[in-house]
Amino acid sequence: MLWMPSWGGMINGLMTLSGAWDKLRTDPVVRMMVVSVAFYGMSTFEGPLMSVRAVNALSHYTDWTIGHVHSGALGWVGYISFGAIYCLVPWLWKRKDLYSRAMVEWHFWISTIGIVLYITSMWVSGIMQGLMWRAYNEFGFLQYSFVETVEAMHPYYIIRAVGGSLFVIGSLIMAYNLYRTIRGDMRAGERRPAEAAALAPAE
Amino acid sequence: MYHRHKIFEKSGILLTVGILVTVAIGGVVEIAPLFYLESTIEEVDGVRPYSPLELAGRDIYVREGCYVCHSQQVRPLRDEVERYGHYSLAAESMYDHPFQWGSKRSGPDLARLGGKYSDEWHRQHMEDPRSLVPESIMPPYAFLSKRELDLSNIEASLKANRAVGVPYTDEMIENAVLDAKSQVDPFSDNYDALLARYPKAQIRDFDGNPEQITEMDALIAYMQMLGTLVDFETYKAEENYR
Repeated sequence: MLWMPSWGGMINGLMTLSGAWDKLRTDPVVRMMVVSVAFYGMSTFEGPLMSVRAVNALSHYTDWTIGHVHSGALGWVGYISFGAIYCLVPWLWKRKDLYSRAMVEWHFWISTIGIVLYITSMWVSGIMQGLMWRAYNEFGFLQYSFVETVEAMHPYYIIRAVGGSLFVIGSLIMAYNLYRTIRGDMRAGERRPAEAAALAPAE
Repeated sequence: MYHRHKIFEKSGILLTVGILVTVAIGGVVEIAPLFYLESTIEEVDGVRPYSPLELAGRDIYVREGCYVCHSQQVRPLRDEVERYGHYSLAAESMYDHPFQWGSKRSGPDLARLGGKYSDEWHRQHMEDPRSLVPESIMPPYAFLSKRELDLSNIEASLKANRAVGVPYTDEMIENAVLDAKSQVDPFSDNYDALLARYPKAQIRDFDGNPEQITEMDALIAYMQMLGTLVDFETYKAEENYR
């Protein structure tokens, strides 16, 4: 039941782009929003699944939940906010364009790599911890003590920290870009879509 | 039929009201029955309100954010029951405001911690976790054993709990400070009265320092009673099947 409204929203969002998919290459706002909608679809698919008893028995109290909420918080809410901010700031301060589109690209790719590292490491560590909690040895005793699961998760926490830092770095790039945009600067030597559109299309 | 939704789409206020009505119906249908179902909290012998010292310890538990890494809910799964003990009953958190079920286990579940380790183990573990569990990632809380327990608002704390439904009597509230002080002193004159008010309360000096009532006293008193109130020898789960 929960899938219906969320995937309805996701499909609606993606289909809005029908016939305008080329904008993904040129318009940073659209690209951020498409990724946001994709994360939305993924995390809202995952959510109802995690409410099923069999899945929840494994996932609850582990990092799986943490990864899930971050795919929603960083992926969906984060990217839709980035997209909206990149769109709104030039409007609000009446600037022709952002200070730098290349920096938007950098922000996009750095934070995407960061979030993927973050979510996948949380998946792996969460499922691993859940499985270790319920593992039995050949004599029918619990195989692992709690602290062994803590120890096993160490490398994934490092990956998570790297991923999270990349995401923060991406946001810092955005902050700098917006600061320069608000000051009214334009980074020299960048091709802007306005100029590109002025080129006559091949008939 | 399919063009009617335009009425909502064209007016922000109508749309908001529509969403509110829909969400309200869903909320009422899902939440309201819980207030009337008898099966939400089973009847159990032994669960009582926290003694003032335990409550003060619980406040420290909440203040230090212990619930961020520790859950207090053993789920009815084979491995959890074997690891921690009998699965948690709703009645066991009925006097928790707010509840401490937690959402993540960076550390183990604490719902059945009481009596598993000695007071001395707890004190040392709180002061330097890695001296007992070398792989532990828990931060140390050594300052708790130096800091004097602040009892100035313990009476108000009991009253606040009573306001949200915990059955503290006037007698309990009047004696809150005395009860808190005498729970760390097994030789006090208040011994029997304290036990009468709070059955099964553990009365002893918890932090190994009888000179002073510290925050460590309160926290260990709280940890040592976690999950110990219900006597599972006499608890019959079948009687609560409905």
